[in-house]
Amino acid sequence: MLRVLLMLALFSAIVLGSAPAAEHTIMQANKTFSQSEITIKAGDKVVFKNDDQVTHNVFSTSKGFEFNLKTQAPGASAAVPFNGEGTAEIRCAIHPKMKLIVNIKR
Amino acid sequence: MNRPKSTIKLQPSARLIKLLLALCLPLAALCLSNLSRSAAAGNDHDAECRPFMTKYRRPSDVPYPKDNQLTKERELLGRTLFFDPRLSESNWISCATCHNPALSWSDGLAKGVGHGMKELGRRTPTILNLAWSEPLFWDGRAQSLEDQALGPVASPAEMNLPLDKMMARIKAIPGYHELFAKAYPSEPISEQTVAKAIATFERTIISGQAPFDAWIEGKENAISEEAKRGFLLFNTKANCAKCHSEWRFTDDGFHDIGLPGDDVGRGKLFREIEVNQFAFKAPTLRNCDMRAPYMHDGSKPSLEAVIEFYNEGGKVKRPSLSPEMKPLGLTAQEKRELLAFLKTLTSVDHPVEVPILPR
Repeated sequence: MLRVLLMLALFSAIVLGSAPAAEHTIMQANKTFSQSEITIKAGDKVVFKNDDQVTHNVFSTSKGFEFNLKTQAPGASAAVPFNGEGTAEIRCAIHPKMKLIVNIKR
Repeated sequence: MNRPKSTIKLQPSARLIKLLLALCLPLAALCLSNLSRSAAAGNDHDAECRPFMTKYRRPSDVPYPKDNQLTKERELLGRTLFFDPRLSESNWISCATCHNPALSWSDGLAKGVGHGMKELGRRTPTILNLAWSEPLFWDGRAQSLEDQALGPVASPAEMNLPLDKMMARIKAIPGYHELFAKAYPSEPISEQTVAKAIATFERTIISGQAPFDAWIEGKENAISEEAKRGFLLFNTKANCAKCHSEWRFTDDGFHDIGLPGDDVGRGKLFREIEVNQFAFKAPTLRNCDMRAPYMHDGSKPSLEAVIEFYNEGGKVKRPSLSPEMKPLGLTAQEKRELLAFLKTLTSVDHPVEVPILPR
């Protein structure tokens, strides 16, 4: 019985400890992000898809989450991993009114 | 035998009448068919335009921030400060000196003029329709109208008055105490309330109803067929709506459109972002035919020159050039149609009342 319980505990630890990283998609359309705020887990990825008729340039200067996707033409898509806890403020360099807050939790 | 004279006289008249009829009837037929064709074409223009027109409806109200709502006392205080040249070191320059209501809230110059009559680096932008706009300045360095308002006051090149001196001057004028008490009763007179008041006034400066708006609302003959073709071009071949979109004809975006010069614009704030180099804020096109010259450097003297510039796809091809810029291949007729359309964006606005300044 004890061995079964130990095996169960080990199995659970392995399964729960190595949950696959999720992917979240944020669209850009009508010069806005499809959401203004999201909460994700550390290790997850956010896919930025340009579903608009103009070029965008998604970037962040938030400490620990700096990135610059450079220009994305309509139709382009790029994934950004978010490792570590914190908050990232994402904007479009061309259209600064486009803002997205990403909350990253463990 | 001679024919009677009367008979000889009738023959040429009858022939003349027949000749005239022969000429006039086809002409009349041509005119009628043109009229019906243009009537049909007029309806076609409206049908073609309709999918784009929905994007240009005016909003029903004006946004004010939660911590700086509109009251008539705040508008009056803001207007008073806006027109007060004592907010400059020289006691000569007010906000309204450069943002002149008589010149569509700009100054009609290629480059602004500041302290000591020195020319500034960029053209004075209009303050029309900024309630919906952020960020502010050609390079977007101010996040809000409140953040922007005191920049020119303190700038040595512009009004050249350090803000502590500005506050001392305002507080020394008894009339201002009453104005501030009515506008911001629960706040002390401070740089914050000065900026808030100016921002509140600026939010009330909005382009009025233009012929274009009447057409958007359904009045088919509010603008000419030529202007309607111009509107179609604006949204399609001429590519203008990529940046000059919606009812304000700007998306407040930053673009390098290929103007020559060293001014990197927004690139100074974001040196690592290539697309921001030489990028400047797209201004509103409302009432634009009242605001020559054009561009951040005032280099285009007329709307015709602007259209020509865009038709070429911009002058300087560099890595930061906006992907929306490309040669357009517009015909002379299409350029005329675009111009006709731009002129429909002009409203006849009620003049703003110049305040009597407190002494």
